[in-house]
Amino acid sequence: MSERQRALEALAAAQWKLALRLTTAMMAIYFGFILLVAWAKPLLGQQLVPGLSLGILLGALVIVAAWVLIRVYVRWANSHYDSAVARIRESGR
Amino acid sequence: MTSSLGSPNVAAILFFLLFVSVTLVITYWAARRTRSTEHFYAAGRSVTGLQNGLALAGDYMSAASFLGIAGLVALSGFDGLIYSIGFLVGWPVVMFLIAEPLRNLGRYTFADVVAYRLRQTPVRIAAAIGTLAVVTFYLIAQMVGAGNLIRLLFGLQYEWAIVIVGAVMMAYVLFGGMLATTWVQIVKAVLLLGGAFLLAIMVLLRFSLNPLALFASAAEQFGARVLAPGQLVADPLDALSLGLALMLGTAGLPHILMRFYTVPDAKTARTSVSYATAFIGFFYLLTFILGFGAMVIVGPDAIKAVDKGGNMAAPLLAEAVGGEGFLGFIAAVAFATILAVVAGLTLSGAAALSHDLWVNVVRGGHAPEHEQFVVARIATVLGGVASIALGIVFKGQNVAYMVGLAFAIAASANFPALVLSVFWRPFTTRGAQASMIVGTLSALLLIFLSPTIQVSVLGRASAPFPLRNPGLVTIPLSFVVGIVVSLLTKESEAGERFPSMQHRLHLGPEADQA
Repeated sequence: MSERQRALEALAAAQWKLALRLTTAMMAIYFGFILLVAWAKPLLGQQLVPGLSLGILLGALVIVAAWVLIRVYVRWANSHYDSAVARIRESGR
Repeated sequence: MTSSLGSPNVAAILFFLLFVSVTLVITYWAARRTRSTEHFYAAGRSVTGLQNGLALAGDYMSAASFLGIAGLVALSGFDGLIYSIGFLVGWPVVMFLIAEPLRNLGRYTFADVVAYRLRQTPVRIAAAIGTLAVVTFYLIAQMVGAGNLIRLLFGLQYEWAIVIVGAVMMAYVLFGGMLATTWVQIVKAVLLLGGAFLLAIMVLLRFSLNPLALFASAAEQFGARVLAPGQLVADPLDALSLGLALMLGTAGLPHILMRFYTVPDAKTARTSVSYATAFIGFFYLLTFILGFGAMVIVGPDAIKAVDKGGNMAAPLLAEAVGGEGFLGFIAAVAFATILAVVAGLTLSGAAALSHDLWVNVVRGGHAPEHEQFVVARIATVLGGVASIALGIVFKGQNVAYMVGLAFAIAASANFPALVLSVFWRPFTTRGAQASMIVGTLSALLLIFLSPTIQVSVLGRASAPFPLRNPGLVTIPLSFVVGIVVSLLTKESEAGERFPSMQHRLHLGPEADQA
C-alpha cells in the first residue's frame, strides 16, 4: 500500500470516527429529551421562572445543541480535514 | 373576533400575483441558462453555500410546518413543540454522514451514490421505487393541503387551486429546471423567514418583547399544563419511533439530497448545511412564539372554529396583530411555500424516472445528451400531471399521516442503503436491493396495520401493529437485511471498487482524472 493510500485511509477513518461520535451525540440528546417528555412529564412542567418551563428550555436547548454539534464538525473539517485532503492531493502530483 | 378568512382577500391575491410574476421572470431568466442535463438537474453546479442553505431551508420548511406546527402549539401547547424539534435534529445527521459524500460521488440522484460500486440496473430500480414512493406520498400531502388551504385563504375552489399549483410549478421545473427551482426556493425561504419573524415581533410587541411574558400569559389563561408535556407522547416507544423516522428520514428525502449536486464542491455542500440548519432552527424557534401567540391572542376556540386541525392559527394571528393586509401577505407566503416545495419534489421525481430508470436502466447509461434532456422534460410533465391528478383523487381524504409515511420510507428505504454503500465495504448489490425494497414495503405495510390508518382513517377500534410510525422497526430491519444479504452474497467487484470510491469521496471527482 502506498504512502498516499495509507494517508487517505487514515483520514477516512478519522472522518468516520468523528461523524459517528457526533451522530451518536445528537441521537442521545434528542432521544434523551423524548424519553423525558414521555416519562418525566411533571418534572418538565416545572416553571423555572414564570413562563419558562423546564420542557421549553430543554426543547430550545436541543435546537441549540444541533447548532453546536454542527459547529464542532465544521471547525474540524475546515481546519484538519481540508488541509489533510490538500496534502494528499499534493502528494499525488 | 370575526375573520375575513375564506372570502377573497385583495391583499392576498395581489401578493400572490406578485410572487408568481417575480418567480416566472426568474424562470424565464433560468430557462435561457438551462441548456444541458447538468443545468436541468444541478443548476450547472453554480449555487453558492448561502444560496443552497436558503434553498435547502426552503425545500424543508413546508406549509405543513409553518401552518401545522403553529396550529398544534396553539391548540395543545408544549406538545406541538416536539414536532418542531424532531424536524430539526435530522440536519446534523445530513451534515455528518451524507452531504459531502453525496456531492463527491454522485451526479443527479442519490441512487448515483448507492450504485457507485455496485451493479447499476438492480440498484437503480430499487432506488427509484423508494424515491418515487417518498415523492408520491409527500406530494399528495402537499397537494391536498394546498387545495384546502387555498380554499380557506383565498375562497378559491379546491380543484382550481390544485390546477393552478400544478401548472405554475410545472412551468418552473419544465423551463427553468433546477436553477429556477432553486431561486424560487430562495425567494420563498426569505419570504417565509421574514414573514414569520415579522409576525413574531408583532406578537412580542404586546409582551414588551419578552417571550417568557407571552408563555406566562398562556399559562395564566389556559393553565400551567400548556407549558408541560401532555397526551401527544403517551407511549415512549411511539415517540421514539416517530423521532427516529423524522431524524433519519431527513437524510433520505430525495428532493433534499438532490440539492447537494447544485454546489461546486464538497466544502460548499458543508457550508450550505450549516446555513440551512441555522435558518431552519431559527424558524422552528419562531414557531414557539407564533403558536403560543395564536393561543393567547386568537384563542384555541376561535382557531378550531375556522379549521378543526388548527392549520389557520398563523393566518388568524397575522390578521389579529396586523389586519387584513398582513393576513394577505401571510396567506400569499403560505401559497408560495406549497408551490416551491411541490416544484422541488417534482424535479426529484423526474430525475428518478429519467436519470435512474430511463438513462441508466433502459439505455444502459449511454443515452445521448439531447435525449437525456428531452426525457427529463417528459418526466417532468408526467410528474406535474400526476400531482394534479393525485391532488384531485385524494380530495377530502385524511392525508395528515402521509408526511410521516414519506419520512418513514425515506428513513427505511433510502438512508440505510446510502450509509452502508458509502461506509461499509462488504455491501453488495443484492444487499442494497434487499435493504431498499424491504425498507419501502415494510414501512408501507406497517403504516397500513398501524393505528394511523386502522383507527384514524378506517375508524376501527384497534390496530394489529401498535406504533403510529413504523420507523423503530423498519429502519433497523432495513439495516439488518442489507447487512445479512450482503454477507450471504459475496461480490468481489464491489469490494475491489471500495478504495477508488473512498478516494473520490475524499478527494473529489476532479482527483479521478489525476
